[in-house]
Amino acid sequence: MRTSDLFQETYGALSANKVRSGLTMLGVVIGISSVIAMISIGQGAAGSIQASIEGLGSNLLTVSPGSSQAARGQVSGGRGSSRTLVTEDAEALRGIDGVAYVSAEFSSRYQLVAQNGNNTNVTVLGVEPEYLPVRNVAVAAGSFITETQLRSLGRVVVLGATVATDLFAEEDPVGKTLRVNGSNYKVVGVLAAKGGTSFNSPDNSAYVPLTTMQKILTGSDYLTSAAISVEDKEEMAQVKAEAVSLLAARHKVDPEAPDFSIISQEDVIGTLTQVTSTFTTLLAAIAGISLVVGGIGIMNMMLTTVTERMREIGLRKAIGAKRKDIGTQFLVESVMLTFVGGGIGILLGWIVSLLITKFSGTATDVSAGSVALAFGVSALIGIVFGYYPARRASGMNPIEALRYE
Amino acid sequence: MISCDAITKTYRNGANETHAIKGATFDIRDGEFVAIMGPSGSGKSTLMHLLGCLDTPTSGTYVLDGKDVSKMTDDELAEVRMHRIGFVFQAFNLLPRASVLRNVALPLVYADVPQEAREVRAKDALRKAAFPEKFWGHKPNELSGGMMQRVAIARALVNDPALVLADEPTGNLDTKTGEIVLGTFQQLHAKHGRTIVLITHEPYVAEHAERIIFVRDGEIVSDAKNPNRRLVGEGHVEHV
Repeated sequence: MRTSDLFQETYGALSANKVRSGLTMLGVVIGISSVIAMISIGQGAAGSIQASIEGLGSNLLTVSPGSSQAARGQVSGGRGSSRTLVTEDAEALRGIDGVAYVSAEFSSRYQLVAQNGNNTNVTVLGVEPEYLPVRNVAVAAGSFITETQLRSLGRVVVLGATVATDLFAEEDPVGKTLRVNGSNYKVVGVLAAKGGTSFNSPDNSAYVPLTTMQKILTGSDYLTSAAISVEDKEEMAQVKAEAVSLLAARHKVDPEAPDFSIISQEDVIGTLTQVTSTFTTLLAAIAGISLVVGGIGIMNMMLTTVTERMREIGLRKAIGAKRKDIGTQFLVESVMLTFVGGGIGILLGWIVSLLITKFSGTATDVSAGSVALAFGVSALIGIVFGYYPARRASGMNPIEALRYE
Repeated sequence: MISCDAITKTYRNGANETHAIKGATFDIRDGEFVAIMGPSGSGKSTLMHLLGCLDTPTSGTYVLDGKDVSKMTDDELAEVRMHRIGFVFQAFNLLPRASVLRNVALPLVYADVPQEAREVRAKDALRKAAFPEKFWGHKPNELSGGMMQRVAIARALVNDPALVLADEPTGNLDTKTGEIVLGTFQQLHAKHGRTIVLITHEPYVAEHAERIIFVRDGEIVSDAKNPNRRLVGEGHVEHV
């Protein structure tokens, strides 16, 4: 039997019973479109998480000191509270090949009080000018912390976008005075909003010179973290290894059991991607159940069709159709149903995901991979659930089939 | 040329054995018009299935067109039916969705004949079956019973078979239409030299053949030339 004849027969058979074919196909359409929509939600979530992490700066390695357990029985301040990481360490890290910038940071929480009486409790970061390129932030008004202010322990503060609005509402904060921990600080700049809702958002922080933070606000000489910006993504692993051995040598500790940790941004993205892909799989599995139900619908219809067309099968066999011809014909019918259903389902799923984005704001992403998967799965369902009915049809005895009433 | 030698057919249903054919031996020459007649339950349908290669005999040999088909597999039998046998059934068995032309061409679809050749051969077969050209594009349910049976006859002729098997072809038709269909068979036999085997339980229908094989209880009771053959006038065939 030629392919063109096969399609002509299939079209004829399916269009002879349009309502039934349509309803059966609907099962597959719903199954495939929900799989597409669910996967698009999962992948959209993964994409937006990744984008917001990358937005915090690219090719980043973050060095954090370990937790302090020097005196047994003392209450631990938790990881990051150790005083082992110092400004000189950051200086040394700048010497490693492939390092673009190093941002030494000290973070703490303080109450900021504006003269108009507004106040807010935010993370205050002691930073160097290099914070700007490393963390990928821009200044919206005024200027950022300068080298001069760093050397002279300047009592100046730069506000994140949210903090500026919280304290000064519509007014221009640049030039205003704030009280931090009992002393006056002059606002010299405001950062551009970065958006995103991640914790430690730069929008909800304030910045002072690192030296001011260490000598005036806290009176201590260590760092809570150092961020290394690497020139090239390819060099990340090598720079990380060198940073580990350098810091281990400086701290006189075993590199295998260091008193600090270095986390690359990719590690963080990797972990989060794992979480979102588990989430995506779960959603797809739930949607997949409806696909199986759709497949059973196909099988049900095909079995009915085989019974209804018993005499036709008998006749076809009598005039020379072989088992394979009959089997192929019924299999192609079910695959055609699922394939067309799959196509419509992909389209519908796409529309649904666009509507989700439009009305709920949740990011969605229909990838080529999920479309290919949906097509593959729908064709597979046609074959799996069409196989048994097709086998029944092809194995029919022509004499009995012709006699069937 | 058909040659049956001591063919038997036994059906087993659990412990019961039914001997549908208890040893039949006969030959049918090329170009003969034979009727196989017998009451219901006589085994004539089983004989028809065996002659039509829809089934194989339990024992004995059946040689069709120089080929022993008694031990063939399902797919080999399908191949034989595709090329050597044309069926005409009591219930017409036309595909309701397809046009007359497509119905007639259906056996050629399985024989892998190209589209253009199919159309030519289907039209040729329809002319031989005296089917009027203006209905070629119609669907079977738009036709009368007699017309439908002529479509079925054309379908049986399209693969140029060695044997045309007609199983109660007039069973679903009134006497007048049945007469016209029988006339069509006589024309095919007389004008085109077709070998035709007609299976029926009605003596009146069987009397249209040259030779009558009478079957009862699975055995051939008589096999003789038909002395008073009924001939349908050619004039009848033209207007349905």
